[in-house]
This record gives sequence, C-alpha cells and structure tokens, in this order.
Amino acid sequence: MSNRTIRGKTAVAGVGETTYYKHGQSPDPEFVLVLKAILKACEDAGISPKEIDGFASYSNDRNEPTRLAAALGIDDLRYSNMNWGGGGGGVAAAVGNAAAAVSVGFADCVVAFRGLAQGQFQRFGKAPPVSTVSGDPAYMSPYGVMSPLQKYAMRAMRFMHENKVDHSVLRAISMASYHHAQNNPRAVMYNRPLSEEKYDDSRWIAEPCKLFDCCQENDGAAACIIVSAEKAKDLKQKPAYILGAAQGSDHRCGAPVMNATNFPSSSFASLAPRLYEMAGVTPKDVDVVQSYENFTIGVMMAVVEHGFCEPEECSEFFQLENLMAPSGKMPLNTSGGNLAECYMHGLGLQIEAVRQIRGDSVNQIPGADVALNIAGPMVHHVSTIIMGSEATL
Amino acid sequence: MSEIYLPEGLPTPVPQNDGLDKAHWDGLQDGKLLIQRCGDCSTWQWGPEWICHECNSFNMEWTEVEGEGTIYSWERPWHPVHPALNGHGAYIVVLVELPNAGNVRMIGNLLGDPVQDVVIGSKVKAVFEKHGGDTPYTLVQWKVAD
Repeated sequence: MSNRTIRGKTAVAGVGETTYYKHGQSPDPEFVLVLKAILKACEDAGISPKEIDGFASYSNDRNEPTRLAAALGIDDLRYSNMNWGGGGGGVAAAVGNAAAAVSVGFADCVVAFRGLAQGQFQRFGKAPPVSTVSGDPAYMSPYGVMSPLQKYAMRAMRFMHENKVDHSVLRAISMASYHHAQNNPRAVMYNRPLSEEKYDDSRWIAEPCKLFDCCQENDGAAACIIVSAEKAKDLKQKPAYILGAAQGSDHRCGAPVMNATNFPSSSFASLAPRLYEMAGVTPKDVDVVQSYENFTIGVMMAVVEHGFCEPEECSEFFQLENLMAPSGKMPLNTSGGNLAECYMHGLGLQIEAVRQIRGDSVNQIPGADVALNIAGPMVHHVSTIIMGSEATL
Repeated sequence: MSEIYLPEGLPTPVPQNDGLDKAHWDGLQDGKLLIQRCGDCSTWQWGPEWICHECNSFNMEWTEVEGEGTIYSWERPWHPVHPALNGHGAYIVVLVELPNAGNVRMIGNLLGDPVQDVVIGSKVKAVFEKHGGDTPYTLVQWKVAD
C-alpha cells in the first residue's frame, strides 16, 4: 500500500445534530440550525467552539465558513473546503477532506457540516422555476426529466434489467430503514412503521420507484468534528478513527445526456477498491453499512459495487432479515437513514457510523469495529468512507 | 402545429450561450438529427462538448444521423414535479442508443400509450416534434418501429 494515506491519523471526536423537522417546519433559520449543530458537536467532543479552525462541506452549502467563523468568534480560520458536485455525493468526501486537512497539518480541528432548510429555499424534489434551459437540462427538462429521481431512475432500470433484479429488493431496503427508525426518537418517521402491504400499496413516483423508495425532504443541520488521532484520545468520547476515504467517479460518468460509459451503476465501481485498499479492510470485515438513500435503487447498486454481493445475486441478498440490526448479515442504515430518520443530506448517516463505533447506537451492532459509509449513489461525483474503532488501528 | 407529447409550459430548450450546441438545435428545426463526431479520430460523441473525449482534438464536426435507435433504458414518471404536469398522469421517458452513431444515447419520450409495456432492446424511430411560439424549437421523440 502507498504510504500516502490518511489511515488512522484522525478521528471523529464529536457529533451533533439539531431536532430534525419535516421540510418547511423548522422554527429556526438555516444558519441558526448550522450553529446549533456545531455547538452540540463541540459539547459532545468536550471542546470549546473557539478551537474549531476549519470547515468542510459539500453541495454548495449556503452557510459560508467566513460567516460561521466570525459568528463563533474563531481566532484563526485555517481551512475551508467545498466539495464540488450536487446532491449528497460529497458528504463522505467532506469528512474525508477534513481528515486530510488535519492529517497534513493544515488545521487541527475541522468541522464537517451540512445545513438544510428546504422550506426556506428551493426544494430538491421540485423542478427549478425557470422558463428556459440550456446545456444538459435542455436535453432533459422538455421531456419531463427534472427531479433527481427522474435523472437517475434509468440507471437502475437498466441495472435491474441486466441482472434480473426483483422489485422486492427495493422494498427490503426501504423497510430496513423504517424498521430501524422505530427505535430512534430523533427520527421523523419514529412511530410510523412500514409494512410490506403499505409499501406495495403506495403510489409510483417514477417507475421503478414508489413513494417509500424516495428520501424525505427535511429541515435541520448536522456536524462532525475531526481532530488528530492523538488529540481524540484525550477527549471525552471514544474516537471513531477514519481508516480510508475515496471520492470521484469512473470513465465519463458525468458525460452529458446520460452517456456515462458505465451507466447501470451507482458511480462507485472505481472508488470502492481504492477505499478498501486505503482502509486495509475487505467487505467481510465490515460490521455495519450506512448507505445514503436518495432512493433505494442507489443503495442496491452501491452495496453491489462495494462488494457485498454479485449483481445477479441481489434478489437473494436483499432480504429484510439480512439488513436488520443487530444480527443481519449486513445491517443497513441503522438509524433509519435518509428515508426514515432525516434527509440531512447524508450527514446523519456519518453520525450513525460514529455512534456504531462508539457503541451507543439505538440499534447497536454488538462489537462493531468497522463501519462503512457510502454517500450519494448515482450522482456524478460520489464519495465513501470507512471508520473504525481503536482495535482496527 | 403537430401534436405534442407533454403539455405546453415545460422549460423551453435554448442553445448554450457559448454556441456549443447551436448546430444541433438549428439542425432539428431543419428536420436533421446532427450528432458530434471527431474530425480527426472519428469518435462519436454525445452530449455535446468542445473537445473529443478520445483524442482531445477540438476538431469536432456535426454529422447527420438516421433517426433510428434501440431502447437502452426507460422510466415512467407519475408524480408531477413541474406545474405544467399537474393532473397529467404518467408519461414514458426512454434512453435510446443510436447504432449508427457509435451507440451514443439520446433522451426522449416514447410516443403512444403512456402505460404501455416498454421492452429494453426494442427498435425505435425518431419523430420530430415541432414547438412554435416566440422561440420555436424541435424535440426528438421516439416511437416503436413496426
């Protein structure tokens, strides 16, 4: 392995999230939500907010580091980073970029954060209010392809065709998230269980996806604090060490008009091997998987591309009991994820991976040492990260 | 004015303001399907870009292609995400490979019954759909070949 690695050099030392709201229901402005999440993460880590010296985010987060640093009274802002690419493809990259910055000494205490108050801004699931379109949207919007699901459904339709995937795969992924949310009082879908019948009876949003295949749209904010491994050992919480991170996509993934070379894909084909190599683990070593559900179809392909089953084995592998904590073969989205906890653009899933490593998840996997966290499947720039306990160093 | 597949009121496509794809949109208005091909290495390319992804030449040309393709993938949206689609119901979007242009893909709607069975691999033919108004344009739609 290359000695250019971030393996074990940093850890997530603090996590924080606001109350999670349905979209449009936050009583606070988006900026206040972000501040509250950051302060909670500091409290969790046992550090002063003045110790933060860097910020990392993604998807053009509106809450700029300079405003945050001024608002919090930070003395010396040493690092800020915005990961390019829309959607949640950048969430693991934001944590990875923070870890890289701390690893090389750009900064000592970087917060990876995301704030979303969709009620106060444009919603993701609605077409942008424009009268003309040019560039890539000109080849999509006039044909009724405007929302994220409409842009990605055809990747999965082709994948399911080539690999003869049964639609029950998508239902199992959705039900795993809803099942886990029933133990999670933070979850927007707490006390709202999902049965097979309820899933089957739900309406199509865009075939092959039904209502419960689609994430929520929410208001809230979440934050993770990344410090050096040495510093993390002296702080309040059990560290969740960052073992590896990868971002990007394979050949011409972003080619316009859906001309990606590897089209029936969630964009992880070239990332997953890089991730495992840096982290020094294999899929067999992974105790728990958080896989960003923009839509269940993306989870399906992402799990395959991370090596948990062969594409043609999906129908057998994705059975609800295999995906459930504490004893499933591959416990998945143990907080309820984007479908049922909150669509905090995937940062909630990062926090859940940290909780699993600490041992304090609401759906704890006994002795979880290695947690995989897959971000934003199917978008054209994705990212993925592995965290581990001290035993993995 | 011929029949159109989706209701009026969706965003109007206009050429990119740097001129990259003006030839394509002008070609459709003249009833021609023009796709990019590299003048140096002959690689077909879609969507449009200023440079050839294979040999990195800027010598990209516009080549007329027969409107024949194969359904590579599809979806059937039901939920309206734009006000113009409220109350409209299902429609079919297809991703069509053009075997006469290096299997590049185009997006369009599949004409006919919106709840018809769609079969990946089916042969389809292009249908030019003219839109009038202040900024007229032409879309490429597809119908299953007989």
